[in-house]
Amino acid sequence: MKIDDLLKSPSEWVKAEGPNSKIIMSSRVRFARNIRDHPFPGWAKKAERQKLLEMIQPVVESLPEMADHFGDSMDNISAIHKQVLVERHLISREHAAKNVGSGVVINDRETISVMVNEEDHLRSQVIKSGLQLKAIYKIIDRVDTELEEQLDFAFSPKLGYLTACPTNVGTGMRGSAMLHLPGMVLSDQINQVVQAVNKLGLAVRGLYGEGTEALGNVFQISNQTTLGEKEAEVIERLNKVILQIIEHEENARVTLLEKKPKLVYDQIGRGYGILTNAHTISSKEALNLLSLVRMGVDLEIFPGSARPTVDELFILSQPAHVQRAAARKLTAEERDILRAELIRTHLAAISKPNLSDRPRTDGGRAEPG
Amino acid sequence: MLKVDLCESCAKEKGVQEAAGFSLANLLAGLGTGEESRIEAAGVQCPVCGFTQADFKKTGRLGCSGCWEAFEASLGSLLRAMHKGDHHVGKVPVRAAHTLAVSNKMQELTEQLEKAVREEKYEDAAQIRDQIHELEAKRKKSADTTTRSAE
Repeated sequence: MKIDDLLKSPSEWVKAEGPNSKIIMSSRVRFARNIRDHPFPGWAKKAERQKLLEMIQPVVESLPEMADHFGDSMDNISAIHKQVLVERHLISREHAAKNVGSGVVINDRETISVMVNEEDHLRSQVIKSGLQLKAIYKIIDRVDTELEEQLDFAFSPKLGYLTACPTNVGTGMRGSAMLHLPGMVLSDQINQVVQAVNKLGLAVRGLYGEGTEALGNVFQISNQTTLGEKEAEVIERLNKVILQIIEHEENARVTLLEKKPKLVYDQIGRGYGILTNAHTISSKEALNLLSLVRMGVDLEIFPGSARPTVDELFILSQPAHVQRAAARKLTAEERDILRAELIRTHLAAISKPNLSDRPRTDGGRAEPG
Repeated sequence: MLKVDLCESCAKEKGVQEAAGFSLANLLAGLGTGEESRIEAAGVQCPVCGFTQADFKKTGRLGCSGCWEAFEASLGSLLRAMHKGDHHVGKVPVRAAHTLAVSNKMQELTEQLEKAVREEKYEDAAQIRDQIHELEAKRKKSADTTTRSAE
């Protein structure tokens, strides 16, 4: 499969079809694995990396899950395509910087991707819409077992799977979910939640992982530890915490609507207003406003049929996606203009929010005087 | 209504920190004090890939799976600070489980053989010796497959 065929349609995980997908945009589990006694990619010489890539890539491509796939060496993938893959969460930012001696294999549905010679020899991940960490874990575990039949993974009975970084040793597993939390951000509760989650040994990050901003009110929550706990237990713990956050977010929205409905409508109305009328817009502003419209869909201020459009725009308004849509090199200014146009076109099908029959600001109570 | 766009500087101001990034940095930075002296004193080099403790200090990453054994002594406290426990309780690759089972069996048979010889039960000893040979042949065969797939 060619990369253009792969990227033609949006990733399956973008379609909000999974459970709890109103608040949980996607879930993901990745395994880090290495080949015994071969230097890790960061320490291996170019020839060694190439040799391992030549050995690993065909094994990954032969998996039944990869029957239809895109697979290539990183030096054959253009900078724009690499960035598009990052924006779709199919490769890491670090991997996008790799060239000769590193590779990637992605199935046609974009649910499974395997990076070869990122920080570890293999980084396999499964990503799906909504909250389905347990189902995802089953898939990645199966894929891993299939790989293990053909590859001699570095494993120690005491320390488990041996990885380049001590933070991954043991299970080599990182489970994560992307949470859309505008209610908690608007009601100023997000810091408390972040702190509470950190105390539970889980990490909270921005949209694109370590060191990135929480754009569009999207937060990534993941397990921090990989040693001394079974995979299933980690997944269970993560799942439990996320379910609690969903409840908090729902409560925050109900409370906001009860206490400050006009402010909520104002935010959503402004978000929609700017997005449908802007002629130049940065990806940061676009994401933050799309987040408000997305909340509007959750609150049924926009019809449910608007959801796929809005979710798709979260990805399509990212820089490399805009660049790719243009099919020619754009300046940052041109990109902002094209992004605004793209968003206006997509949102044209969604009529403006009708808030006239909504409860009054006073919450139904009679105003004194 | 207060809306918080958590860009990096705002997050810092609001006291929202990236716990993972920070704690790892601190842990690795911690190597620069007490931990480091011990590691450097050891001055170990990995026999498999030639990676040194100094390389680890610099990059925070290891050189190959062999480094885990070579630097085991100095990694212990780092792992305990970083993780929930100090040993793996999760998935075991079938291959490793098999290798482990074979070496346990081999140990057991060797002990039995010694005992049989000591007790002058030579018929038993011959039988056990055959079993050991069989197991060794199997182990060699699977090791060959492993090497082939790793080349």
